[in-house]
Amino acid sequence: MAAAAAVPAARRPLRLPGGRMLVGLVLPVGLALGWEAAVRAGWAQGRLVPPPSRVLATLWGLAASGELWTHVLASLTRVAAGFGFGALAGILVGALTGTLPPVRRLIDPSLQALRAIPSIAWVPLFILWFGIFEASKITLIAVGVFFPVYLGVAGAIAGVDRKLVEVGRVFRLSRLALARRILLPAVLPATLVALRTGLGLGFMFVAAAELLGASEGLGYLLLDGQQLGKPDQIVAAILAFAALGKLCDAVLVGLTQPLARWQDTARESL
Amino acid sequence: MLILDHLSKTYADGTRALADISLTVRAGEIVALIGGSGCGKTTLLRLIAGLDRASAGGIHLDGEGIAGPHPGVGIVFQEPRLLPWLSVADNVAFGLAALPRAERRARVAHALERVGLAEHAGRWPRDLSGGQQQRVAIARAFVAAPKVLLLDEPFSALDALTRAGLHRHLLALWEESRPTVLLVTHDVAEAVALADRAVVLRPKPGRIDDTIPLPLSRPRQPSSPGSEAAARTILASLDRSLRPEGAADRAKPDASALWW
Repeated sequence: MAAAAAVPAARRPLRLPGGRMLVGLVLPVGLALGWEAAVRAGWAQGRLVPPPSRVLATLWGLAASGELWTHVLASLTRVAAGFGFGALAGILVGALTGTLPPVRRLIDPSLQALRAIPSIAWVPLFILWFGIFEASKITLIAVGVFFPVYLGVAGAIAGVDRKLVEVGRVFRLSRLALARRILLPAVLPATLVALRTGLGLGFMFVAAAELLGASEGLGYLLLDGQQLGKPDQIVAAILAFAALGKLCDAVLVGLTQPLARWQDTARESL
Repeated sequence: MLILDHLSKTYADGTRALADISLTVRAGEIVALIGGSGCGKTTLLRLIAGLDRASAGGIHLDGEGIAGPHPGVGIVFQEPRLLPWLSVADNVAFGLAALPRAERRARVAHALERVGLAEHAGRWPRDLSGGQQQRVAIARAFVAAPKVLLLDEPFSALDALTRAGLHRHLLALWEESRPTVLLVTHDVAEAVALADRAVVLRPKPGRIDDTIPLPLSRPRQPSSPGSEAAARTILASLDRSLRPEGAADRAKPDASALWW
């Protein structure tokens, strides 16, 4: 290791821009190519673990027939609705408990108790209450999104530096101005992180909700693949989930990043 | 004129931080409050800034009682306390939201010029050094044109060279509007460099022990005989203040102990 580090810069090979990021691709791409080669050469059967070419062909077929987009749209709509309700409720309730101690003492213990329930455990109840269609799924996703957002926002408000609040008091800001000019910017970065966590959980719960009964959606595609014995379709749906989740996360980060530009952290390296 | 009238502060847990502080500061005077740790210097400033309420007594600025943050009183804290999400210029402008845009801009530009940070106006606080950040904090307090400026050991975290530079910047700003300045410090040299009067506090509970006039001309040289004599007088007084009451006066001022 020491010898490698001692190699002079001029002799270091391959200094492409983004070269460091490409290193991360070596393992997955290598494994995929290896498996492909093994199946082609007949060393492995590839029935239960389909080779990448077959997965991609399935994915392409689903996309070409338009079926994939129906499922993506269904899942995306559910996540969007669930995330919207859950995040909004999380921000509102978190802001309330964070700023008003009596409210915190009143409702935070109950919320913490509810949080201890695995969200999937709500499913039977939600199905009884809201039926087997969209309402129960969106409620489940919203519950999953609510808790991390609530905790993040309430924690961020509780953690606002008293010293900065005093700066606002010295300049005689009204309560509203204090909230707008000091509290809001101060809690923004932590809120954005909480929203990202919430979005991730939203995707987790949309998969769970769709596995438990749906006629469309990427989760349905998973279940359908299992029941019909089509592992290539399962892997294709997983890939679609991964791409969709990553895309939504990137959109959220892209929309919110400018708001937290001032932060003195190593955020760029994340 | 700032008048502290028999001020006392007892905290909820019964700790007596200040007892019966009376002090009259003329307009434009610079007073250094000096004393060992725990003698209530910061508490006193927080009372005058309106951040805490006195348990007894009153504070009057030009005849007006002060019971909360007052537009005529500005404060620079021990730490810069800049808002990290605002640029340097916006931090300086923080207390000027009520002014028209053009005047706000002119005042901020002028103050940044005065503290030597004009070219850093658009940067984030995180990009500045500690001394530069404290200069921004001083500019932020000055642009609001306070009648009384409170400084709570604002230079204590900085090295001696930076501190001397900041003293110059502070005096340059003070020359313009000549506000009353109350400077809390535990650095005798700083008191001698800046103040017209040093007020020595005695701890437990905090009260005024001694007042030493510093009738030295400005600009001051820390090595001039006048400054050195003044520093010795303050040190002797400080030493007395830190000994229990009634103890024999055996003070031997230690000239090397400029830091308390």
